[in-house]
Amino acid sequence: MIVWNTLVLAFQAIWRNKVRSFLTMLGVVIGVASVIAMVQLGQSATHSVTGQIANMGPNLLMVMPGVERHGPGAARGEAQPFTAVDARAIAEEVSDVRVAPAVNTRAVVVQGSGNYTTTITGSTNEFLPVRSWTLAQGRLFESRELESGAAVCILGQVVVDELFGGIGGQEPIGTKIRVERTPCEVIGVLASKGQTLGANQDDTILMPLAAVQRRLVGNDDVNVIYVSAAEAAQTDEVKREIDGLMRKRRGIAPGSDADFYVRDMQELAQALQGTTATLTALLGAIAAVSLLVGGIGIMNIMLVAVTERTREIGIRLAIGARAREVLLQFLVEAVVLCVFGGLLGIAFGVGGTVLLARRLDMPLVLSPEIILVSFVVSALIGVVFGFVPARKAARLNPIDALRHE
Amino acid sequence: MTTTDAGTALIELRSLFKVYGRGDARVHALDGVDLTIAQGEFVAIMGASGSGKSTCMNIMGCLDVPTAGHYRFRGVEVGSLARDQLALLRRHYIGFVFQSFNLLPRTSAVENVELPLVYRGMRSRERREQAMAALDRVGLADRSGHTPAELSGGQQQRVAIARALVSDPSIVLADEPTGNLDSARTREIMALLDELNRERGITIAMITHEPELVRDLPRAVVFRDGRIVADGAPREVLA
Repeated sequence: MIVWNTLVLAFQAIWRNKVRSFLTMLGVVIGVASVIAMVQLGQSATHSVTGQIANMGPNLLMVMPGVERHGPGAARGEAQPFTAVDARAIAEEVSDVRVAPAVNTRAVVVQGSGNYTTTITGSTNEFLPVRSWTLAQGRLFESRELESGAAVCILGQVVVDELFGGIGGQEPIGTKIRVERTPCEVIGVLASKGQTLGANQDDTILMPLAAVQRRLVGNDDVNVIYVSAAEAAQTDEVKREIDGLMRKRRGIAPGSDADFYVRDMQELAQALQGTTATLTALLGAIAAVSLLVGGIGIMNIMLVAVTERTREIGIRLAIGARAREVLLQFLVEAVVLCVFGGLLGIAFGVGGTVLLARRLDMPLVLSPEIILVSFVVSALIGVVFGFVPARKAARLNPIDALRHE
Repeated sequence: MTTTDAGTALIELRSLFKVYGRGDARVHALDGVDLTIAQGEFVAIMGASGSGKSTCMNIMGCLDVPTAGHYRFRGVEVGSLARDQLALLRRHYIGFVFQSFNLLPRTSAVENVELPLVYRGMRSRERREQAMAALDRVGLADRSGHTPAELSGGQQQRVAIARALVSDPSIVLADEPTGNLDSARTREIMALLDELNRERGITIAMITHEPELVRDLPRAVVFRDGRIVADGAPREVLA
């Protein structure tokens, strides 16, 4: 009964000061909305990073030359690069793996009057399964093309769109395009993979390793050896084996610093997830501060309200309200304000998340936990920041309060 | 809480002291007051400002506690009660009427009158009925939806009286109830209080500065310097 009456009183008091109540609420609205939007966008980002890394290839390891150390004070330089021979050694000596040595470069490609600069990757047919590519049209490289470094190429979707005008344009397969100075026959088109970590994966051309080495780069180096373990559980084991093998081949004693890296996609995923999680926490913390400021706003306004309504409090006390009833009245008022603010904040926060996720092209992850938590927190803010003003009201001396002008 | 029969002492003050401040700044607002008010009386309380009459009224109304001495309300020693117990005494037995009306602003007349019943935990329908009955009693049933700002001073004071009597109190304490009203309104309010006293047997203690209001009352008490200097029929007291 008393609780219901108190709620009614709170609604009346809030309604009587509509504008001020709304402005008071605004702090909590913005706080809750930003907490929800920030945390949920953070979670969406984490989610999309994880998804994109899976998109790069299953159980993928990357073997890359590292920075060579020449002892104290000596200059640092690129370590000795890998070659196709190293890749072959891995394929032969490590069981259950697929290996694709690759060399990357950028080049201008010309078709008719159009030209376009893109990434050229020289590799083998293994590159496709290892990096989760599939062919949309055409064929893979033939082994003689791989051995001789024939001028053939498989185009990514973006390159097709740029050079052949996309759908309805000229049929790319069989056409000769020019890569730098080399005329090059298009034999296939890759199926689209889309954006990964800010880069468009489809903006690429695949050529035989030897073709890129000889015709574009001019050396036998391999930038990276992609290795794919048959199962995710094996990546650690495979990693160890590659490490041992490469140390042996490069004459590095076990235990001393290696001049190459074996990178694990899961490691990368974890690192990136760690980064986004930190970012989420940071944004969430900033938003939480704004929620705190909102709470202080509530306390401020409630303190003003108590002073302004001193006479009302005096009347209530004279009529027979107990201190705890006055306390409850002001506390409930603050909590109702905050809960309303919280609900509005949730509406704005979720709405903002949906809009931003759409704009930033991120998967929408709505977590009920964070919504529930921010609701509870906003109610708690009402209790915490409403308490001091409510206690001030409850402690008023009825005689002084009645005399208050 | 014990109840007393009509005619027995409702309020008993025995050598009551109220001291404000400390050391040299001590002020004896009440300096040994003895006063008995029986159930059903209509008592005028008079005195210059600072004479202690308001302090005495606050203590009688359980808004304040004495520094020393005894105050028995309906036979209960009030001096030893805690704040919340005083609040409960006010809630159930005491109605207040103030010079400045003290209605809640932006709140309708009937909601103002309902207020004491809210704290009694009465259901809203019952509450509304009793509040309307009380407003009807003071002749303002047709103004129940008006806020204080929409009512004249006399009407506001009648709403305040309705609020004081809605909870059927043992005593109504009126602190200069006509102090802000013109003479016609003053007569209305006095007639209303007189009626409540005679017809409903509500004890009334009223502070006033106007001797002409007191003339027809049975009893007047005069304060000076924290003491009662006269207590009796107004004709004798004011002579």
